Amino acid sequence: MEAYIYDAVRSPRGRGKADGALHEVTPIALATQILRAVPERTGIDTADIDDVILGCVAPVGEQGADIARVAVLNADYDQTVPGVQINRFCASGLEAVNMAAAKVMSGEANFAIGGGVESMSRVPMNADGGAWATDPAVAYKTYFAPQGIGADLIATMAGFSRADVDAYAVESQKRAKRAWDEGRFAGSVVPIRDVIGEVLLDHDEHMRPDTDMQSLAALKPSFTGIGEQMPGFDAVAILKYPEVEKIEHVHHAGNSSGIVDGAAAVLLGSKAMGEKYGLRPRARIRAMASIGSEPMIMLTGPESVAAKLLSRAGMTRSDIDLWELNEAFASVVLRYMQAMDLDPATVNVNGGAIAMGHPLGATGAMVLGTALDELERSGKGTALINLCVGAGMGTGTIIERV
Amino acid sequence: MSDTIRFDVDGEGVAVLIIDVPGQTMNVIDASFLADLDAAITRISGDDAIKGVVIASGKDSGFMAGMDLKAMETMLLPPPGETLDIKTLFGRVFELNRVFRRLETCGKPVACAIEGTCVGGGLELALACHRRIVGDNPKTQMGLPEILVGLFPGGGGSQRFPRITGVQTALMYMLQGKLFAPAEAAALKLIDEIVPAGTAITAARAWVKANPGAGVQPWDQKGYKVPGGGSAMNPGFAQTFMGAVPMTQKETQRNLNAPVALLSAVYEGVQLPMDRAIRIESKYFAKVIAEPQSRNMVRTLFVNKQAAERGARRPAQVPPSPTRRLAMLGAGMMGAGVATVAAQAGIEVVLLDRDMAAAQKGKGHAEAELQKRLSRGKTTPDKMAEVLARITPAEDFAALSGCDFVIEAVFEDPAIKAEVTKKVEAVLGADTIFGSNTSTLPITGLARNWSRPENFIGVHFFSPVEKMPLVEIIMGEKTGPQALAKALDFVRQIRKTPIVVNDGRGFYTSRCFATYVSEGTELLAEGVKPALIENVGRQLGMPVGPLAVSDEVSIELAHKVLAAARAAMGAAYRPGAADAVIEKMVVELGRLGRKNGKGYYDYPAGGGDKRLWPGLSDHWPWALHQPAAAEVRERLLYRQLAECARCHEEGVLTAPEDGDIGAIFGWGFAPWTGGPFSHMDTVGIAQVVETLDRLAARHGERFAPTRQLREMAARGETFYGAAKKKNAA
Repeated sequence: MEAYIYDAVRSPRGRGKADGALHEVTPIALATQILRAVPERTGIDTADIDDVILGCVAPVGEQGADIARVAVLNADYDQTVPGVQINRFCASGLEAVNMAAAKVMSGEANFAIGGGVESMSRVPMNADGGAWATDPAVAYKTYFAPQGIGADLIATMAGFSRADVDAYAVESQKRAKRAWDEGRFAGSVVPIRDVIGEVLLDHDEHMRPDTDMQSLAALKPSFTGIGEQMPGFDAVAILKYPEVEKIEHVHHAGNSSGIVDGAAAVLLGSKAMGEKYGLRPRARIRAMASIGSEPMIMLTGPESVAAKLLSRAGMTRSDIDLWELNEAFASVVLRYMQAMDLDPATVNVNGGAIAMGHPLGATGAMVLGTALDELERSGKGTALINLCVGAGMGTGTIIERV
Repeated sequence: MSDTIRFDVDGEGVAVLIIDVPGQTMNVIDASFLADLDAAITRISGDDAIKGVVIASGKDSGFMAGMDLKAMETMLLPPPGETLDIKTLFGRVFELNRVFRRLETCGKPVACAIEGTCVGGGLELALACHRRIVGDNPKTQMGLPEILVGLFPGGGGSQRFPRITGVQTALMYMLQGKLFAPAEAAALKLIDEIVPAGTAITAARAWVKANPGAGVQPWDQKGYKVPGGGSAMNPGFAQTFMGAVPMTQKETQRNLNAPVALLSAVYEGVQLPMDRAIRIESKYFAKVIAEPQSRNMVRTLFVNKQAAERGARRPAQVPPSPTRRLAMLGAGMMGAGVATVAAQAGIEVVLLDRDMAAAQKGKGHAEAELQKRLSRGKTTPDKMAEVLARITPAEDFAALSGCDFVIEAVFEDPAIKAEVTKKVEAVLGADTIFGSNTSTLPITGLARNWSRPENFIGVHFFSPVEKMPLVEIIMGEKTGPQALAKALDFVRQIRKTPIVVNDGRGFYTSRCFATYVSEGTELLAEGVKPALIENVGRQLGMPVGPLAVSDEVSIELAHKVLAAARAAMGAAYRPGAADAVIEKMVVELGRLGRKNGKGYYDYPAGGGDKRLWPGLSDHWPWALHQPAAAEVRERLLYRQLAECARCHEEGVLTAPEDGDIGAIFGWGFAPWTGGPFSHMDTVGIAQVVETLDRLAARHGERFAPTRQLREMAARGETFYGAAKKKNAA
């Protein structure tokens, strides 16, 4: 059975800080507002939804206790709708979409929602702990080092200079600004409201459209301290990659994904369900895949998962019109373009997480929506959406307009 | 009946346990001590008349050192060649924890009265007491140094230390094996009281009497919390480990088993009640000692090192011959360094150089060294003055009169050495023992300048003398036992570690060390990326990469040594690819090493980190196919092993112990191996031969295994096994 995308909706992204517009919004309220938008926009009866899968990367505290099911209840969905929270780190939102699609394909679900939520201002990154970084035997075995070290290592090994990664960031800001200026996201972004119903935020708040090479040059690299001094993660990286003399720390707040609050949801369903409600399928899922890659450098999964996706879909690189890769760090995208030999004009055409931010659990569903919007706007057919993932993974999806 | 503990009960019901392990200068934990302590605890628990306990030492040398590491092998481990299942090993290891846990849960207050050294298992015993009282003596050392010999605290220390100080502090001390004085222990709250020296036992008795209900450890009381957090749910706790793991990897280059086992034991154990925590500790400890690494490290870094320092190689028939007045010839870096350490050891030194200015300059070096110690609080102005007063600079050979030992550290030029030697003999006579600090010139040749060559010996120091622990004693063909005894007695006086080797070009350490540098240079010549060479050198466990060390020693010096070797060996000399690299660096490129700010690395003029010289790839272009790190590692390691084996075959080395100690302390050979000979034994000689054959076929004869190795492989022998058999015969 085919799985079709009927709707894709996302919140604007608020700065993930105390002064961010969405800081006063609880994660459950974020998820609730986005889930409510789906039946409002499509007119479907929520009783026809067989599962709601939400990615969330720090599922503790306010985001704990299966936030998907609780959001379903809070959004006044029919009580028969179950919910499950999943975690594939940065790709959680896309993984949720893939799982929802798989449920539709297998016949388990007629409608299923895949999406995600992360209030990074309220539940900080890494609040969920975990064995990976802290259990000594595990951290030792896996050569654990934070992602930023891997990103800088990628830049060092590929020879991307500070100017290279900064230039990419400037371009991301430019593209995001153009997309917003031209209203390219208008059909998908749902403003987030406060408890009295006033709009708190209707645009991506993290953007700095006036960013230029000069302003970025003033920023200090983020990972020099933990890399070179305490506790010295560069040494771990060099133990794994001894051909590297010294890691050049080139990433900083301006060329890495922004810390933000946000939520997103994608409605997937069978052909029959679309017909039932007279909904036009916007795209179908051509292929879905996840893959593991070397965990220390961590962020090189996208090219492997892209190859896996293309082979699953029986497609080649030239069959893809539009490439979307989450801008976790500039070097990750630069390396992906280099490894896949891509035309930069076809990659992240409306900017990405460097400009607009990366609400960990939600981003995957957001970028899928962004790609779909762009396919429709530009009249193109296929997009490959892809995210690098913690602990060395890649998750991706190929969609095709119908 | 108890051999190791005297058990008395005073009139007020205080049991006083005096530990006095027979046949040992310092109390150590062995099987009989554990059995005696176990029996004592049974008596304490069962006797209602006993109200509390004081534990003290019956030895003046201190309270207690740790586990008897010499006995550890027989106590815990199976005979060589046999294996022991890990469960049985755990059972044996846990015995220590079981007994200490019985002590702290015996229901009666136990106070520990500590006078003097209290380290390792000694401190672990103290930590299992309810109160620790220390006699005030700034020389007293405390701490858990197990990590330094490839172990970790396995007598409850990894569990009790963090429960007292918090995890982060405890890890810092245990991972570094850092020792500390009582004041520091008190600041850490590891001990409860410091009392005037000699009164700890009285104070302990008083405490026991005054605190009849104090027989419960804090961690056995309701509501106890580990300071700073003791659960993975606590962000600080998690953060500590997130930082400790990379720091440990940086430190160990992933070669050592014990530090990461310690981290796991603390991480997992601290989250558990004590009864389970100590079992976790013992499980990890068993895993560590089940590996040959800890056995090798204990043997070389502790047992054999200590034996060497205590005169294992000293001819017993020669009466003690401590040096009283040293004639130190040459006041350069080496000579001044030797003069400094000798004066610190209470020896009078006549520091002679060609003119007074040079001799004074040497004394100035001593002064600067002592000033450093003073500024770190390691000496006092009075002591410093005393030490300096022992050094007499001189330019006239007549000033040597009255000296009873000579060490020469003049230019490495046979003619100059000959002249100096003869001038000394004219003053002191050939009955005096003459030591030469040459690092390369054969001793037998130099000895011809001394009328009684049996009194001539090589005494090879390493630079900087103040820091480097090893002295390589070289026996010339005719060197006699008096000279050996004199040299070894001197090494003991200055508290360094000796090895004894026979004569030959480069002796043992310089010769084998050179192979490490040379193989690194060969790799460069083949187009291997220099970063890969350097990182893998460090990852192998060497202190620095081969190219960096080459820069430190100076490439120019390597160039001179090559020229000398070529001249001396004539047609027998076989140039390697490294020779051309050195030639080009020195002659064509003028890159002499660190001393002129450019070698394989660039050294920024204003200080700052050195970086590999980018020009290296212009002269030795990177090969398209780069070898795997494992391949580079194997070459850097086996090149050294092959040379060590040659030294053994040729008789330069007569004992694997010397080879292992000399390698680790002389040129920084990977300590995790326990030394090259321990490593070859562990890998298996047959396997070593196979690897060397493979490497020789691919890279050249420099890797060829010796005939001796082949014979050993055929007989299934090991170096240590063969040495043991030889000694027994």
